Amino acid sequence: MAREMSDTTIAVDQRVEKIAWDLTSRPAEYDPDVHSEAVRMETRELSVKYGKVVGVEGISVPIYSNTVTALIGPSGCGKTTFLRALNRMHDLMPSAAVTGEVLLDGENIYGRRVDPVMIRRKIGMVFQKPTPFPTMSVYENVVAGLRLVGIRNRAALDEVAEQSLRQAALWEEVKDRLKAPASALSGGQQQRLSIARALAVEPEVLLMDEPTSSLDPKATARIEQLISELKSAVTIVIVTHNMQQAARVSDFTAFFFLGSLIEFGTTNKIFTSPEEQRTEDYITGRFG
Amino acid sequence: MLVFGLAIIALALGMGFVLYTQGSVPIRGQGFFGFLFETTWNPVSGVHGAWPFLLGTIITSAAALALAFFPAVGVGIFAAEYAPPKIGSVINYLVDLLAAVPSVVIGIWGIFVFAPWMRDTFYIPVYYWAVESAPALLPVLGAPASYNIITATLLLALMITPYTVGLTRDAIKLVPREQRDAAWALGATHWEVMRLGILPYARGGIVAGAILSLARALGETMVIAMLIGNSNRLPFTFFGPASTMPSVIANEFREAVETMHLASLMAVGFYLFLLTFVVNLIAAYIQRKLNIGGRVL
Repeated sequence: MAREMSDTTIAVDQRVEKIAWDLTSRPAEYDPDVHSEAVRMETRELSVKYGKVVGVEGISVPIYSNTVTALIGPSGCGKTTFLRALNRMHDLMPSAAVTGEVLLDGENIYGRRVDPVMIRRKIGMVFQKPTPFPTMSVYENVVAGLRLVGIRNRAALDEVAEQSLRQAALWEEVKDRLKAPASALSGGQQQRLSIARALAVEPEVLLMDEPTSSLDPKATARIEQLISELKSAVTIVIVTHNMQQAARVSDFTAFFFLGSLIEFGTTNKIFTSPEEQRTEDYITGRFG
Repeated sequence: MLVFGLAIIALALGMGFVLYTQGSVPIRGQGFFGFLFETTWNPVSGVHGAWPFLLGTIITSAAALALAFFPAVGVGIFAAEYAPPKIGSVINYLVDLLAAVPSVVIGIWGIFVFAPWMRDTFYIPVYYWAVESAPALLPVLGAPASYNIITATLLLALMITPYTVGLTRDAIKLVPREQRDAAWALGATHWEVMRLGILPYARGGIVAGAILSLARALGETMVIAMLIGNSNRLPFTFFGPASTMPSVIANEFREAVETMHLASLMAVGFYLFLLTFVVNLIAAYIQRKLNIGGRVL
């Protein structure tokens, strides 16, 4: 017990140092010349309503290629609702109505002819709780998405499985027990397995809905490190309750409040010199 | 609460014990398995054996479950996952209604409507066909009676269907939302979501529900007593009458004036008690073994 606590303390100290370092290494200003060509996704006047209840309203925001965008805001501000609109997860709830546009590489994913299943193959998602398929082995979990698209070649599956598990920083821990049930892994390992499974289908964008909220500090640090590593391969949008986490891992930050987007900008700017008073109040912990 | 809990356990054990003591004379006289496997039940000559009833019970219940399982699971899956909310709630309502129909009502409908109809449209034509072109089948089919194993089994299947549907539906509804979302987010179609995320999770509940339905079928008395024809003479045939453990008890307890006859009925009750007890234990075991829902992931 005592050892665990000291480990945690060290981890927290390291992370505090890392925040300071992260913030200085980021571009201070949003630079249209650098970023404008690399828009991977964009929302235009996106609104989600549950019956008459407004989830989010009128959100227009760009998501830049190979960056990490953090969505922050108090509980119930609509950040998860917004995130789930980005890969059409709201289609599954009959009561949810989405209006506006979400562009992926310039095409509206809510377009008439677009198949939501194909969209979700391009835009992966990781959830609050780890969600491995419990009856499947570690290996079968990783390749589940590939099997869905009909890949049966064993060698190809093996290769992608190893590559995805390496990307998710899980390979060394599970390479000897790929046949073990996924439910035998620890929580942190299961979450990295969920990430590996999402990466295996080579999505363009990876949405993460508070991916570390059910994990201990050590596992959290591991996932955060992983997020920073992954952005060379994939564009990441992450919802987080944790301000430090947003500061540590993201390049851009969007602050949501009461279903509206209050401010969007580089993480550095949002955390050091926000334009809106409400953003500053939230970030400095005056509410939320 | 603890007192009530213990009282229920004591009550169940006490019931089993009383059945055993009341039926102990034939059980001890012929041995535990001797009584169970004795093929004759003849109160007049004083020979009592549980085998015809055990056989009848197992045949009707297992066949009823086999008939009901896939359609019922299908309806349960449809109601829980595929049906539009309005149709789903109509199905749920009908299923609950069917579950609430007293078995004697199903029994009387069986006697006056279903059994005669089955005899005229199925048993007799098949029997005539067998007489002409497949006489080898005749000993297996038996002479066509309206009240027989098939009639009883079909109605038994009808009676356990709502339980299997309901338990399937509940098992599916219990699958956590994240589990479904994970499969959707991977680009699965609806059926693939069922296969990857939902059915593996719900299978423990579905199988356990089926076995609980089996336990219900084993103990179902009224419909069987009314429709199986009540013959304890082996061998049973498809179109011929038979008996089950509950039906023989229900039919004979009033006439059991001989001490030995009554004790033998008690003994049959004791074996039925053991049988349903074991089946329920198996259901609980399977639910625990297969149900991932309860485990911390």
